[in-house]
Amino acid sequence: MSILSQLNSPVLYLICGGIILFVALVCVLFLVRAYRAGLAIGMDKTKMKRTITSSATFAVLPSVGILLGVIALSGSLGTPWPWLRLSVIGALHYETSVADAAAQAVGIGHLSGAAMTAKAFSTIALLMSVCIMWGMVFATFFTKKYTKKLSGSQSAEGGKKSGIAGFGDMAMTAMFIGLISAYIGSYLGDFISNGGLFSFGGSWLPLAVVAVSALAMAGFLWLKEKKKMDWVDNFSIAGSMLVGMVAAIFLGKL
Amino acid sequence: MEDKNQAYFEKYDKTTHLLGRIISIVTLALLLGAPFAIGGYLGAMPDLGAVAKGFLSIGIVWMVSSIAEYLIYTPMLGAGGSYLAFITGNLINMKIPCAMNAKDLVGAKSGTKENEIISTLSIATASLVTILVLALGVALLIPLQPILQSPTLQPAFDSVVPALFGAMAYKYFRGHMNIAVYPLVFMSVLFMLLPSLVANTSMMIIPSGALAIFVAYRLYKKESETKE
Repeated sequence: MSILSQLNSPVLYLICGGIILFVALVCVLFLVRAYRAGLAIGMDKTKMKRTITSSATFAVLPSVGILLGVIALSGSLGTPWPWLRLSVIGALHYETSVADAAAQAVGIGHLSGAAMTAKAFSTIALLMSVCIMWGMVFATFFTKKYTKKLSGSQSAEGGKKSGIAGFGDMAMTAMFIGLISAYIGSYLGDFISNGGLFSFGGSWLPLAVVAVSALAMAGFLWLKEKKKMDWVDNFSIAGSMLVGMVAAIFLGKL
Repeated sequence: MEDKNQAYFEKYDKTTHLLGRIISIVTLALLLGAPFAIGGYLGAMPDLGAVAKGFLSIGIVWMVSSIAEYLIYTPMLGAGGSYLAFITGNLINMKIPCAMNAKDLVGAKSGTKENEIISTLSIATASLVTILVLALGVALLIPLQPILQSPTLQPAFDSVVPALFGAMAYKYFRGHMNIAVYPLVFMSVLFMLLPSLVANTSMMIIPSGALAIFVAYRLYKKESETKE
């Protein structure tokens, strides 16, 4: 039996599928608890239902992108392990690079199905887990203290500043703006200086996609605000992404 | 009534931490145990020396990145959302924008009970959708493969992240251009002058976010002084 057949065997599906099922049940548990707690503290049911609908639609397209990551890794690691890694704890942009670096660390060169051995696989799998588990480790040990400290500082701030929204909320929005800026800046920098400073040798496609999906979002917000079509808000992100992604197909041919 | 709500929420919060910790430890044990279980089945246990060597060469970078992610994202997500997000992963490309979008839609303020509930609902739903899409995709892998890997559709799937950030940029920048202009210009110039940093964009979120927070704080102070 070839190594890839072994890596796609029912036993591996059972091990990985079992862990994914456990995490799915955890998600259901947190979802139900949060919904009940929301009702108990008097939150509007419509708001909670809207959150669930918008988050579900929001998640579909990125999930298809993540599925592509599973497919990309399945040629060298089989399907069950990438399926597990990208369903639990993993991240699309980390996983491929970590797996490739792990393959080099175990001495099989780059990640490839032809060079894979059983020992290399189990070593790569363990290394991938060890490398990416730290967020969960920190969450386990520090979240209780960290969130208490944050809520303490926010209430102290709120106490001092009446009439103006607390800075905590503005700080989170600013942090998110910083995150988006870093990515857009990287697309611009890559386009302008990839292959030499100001050589304009990089790809302009990510920037064009950013522009198209931003325009699509402007359209959705116009429908919501000017035409009073509030329902489009639930689908505005997913819809804008779809428009941007379709545009990439056509722009990619130019 | 308010006292009753407060007591209920405090109990909910306490249980969230307890459950979050237990579930994170169990998930960690499962994730670290799986390679050994698979190794046992394949008759080839992991080479712990190679794991240690590999961790020292590549793992340290991810560890530092994880500390930064933890410190940055926990305040955005609240307790329940953080435990779930760090268990299910895909933070930058899905969970964080998804939770921020949900928070924005219902107008929840950071650090409030409402935000804690909304964030948990949002991340749990997004995680379930991902698990479902991946499970369906894996089940249909053979018939779906030609479509998903078609060269025609490849640019679309390669553009998921720019499409996401384009849409989010319009939504967030338009009301806060006085904040956004500083990190956007700074990061663009930095990446133009040091294009090698593009490979470490996730690490560059830290200075970019810090600059945005600094600008926001200056504006907040100015607004506070004007009001006073």
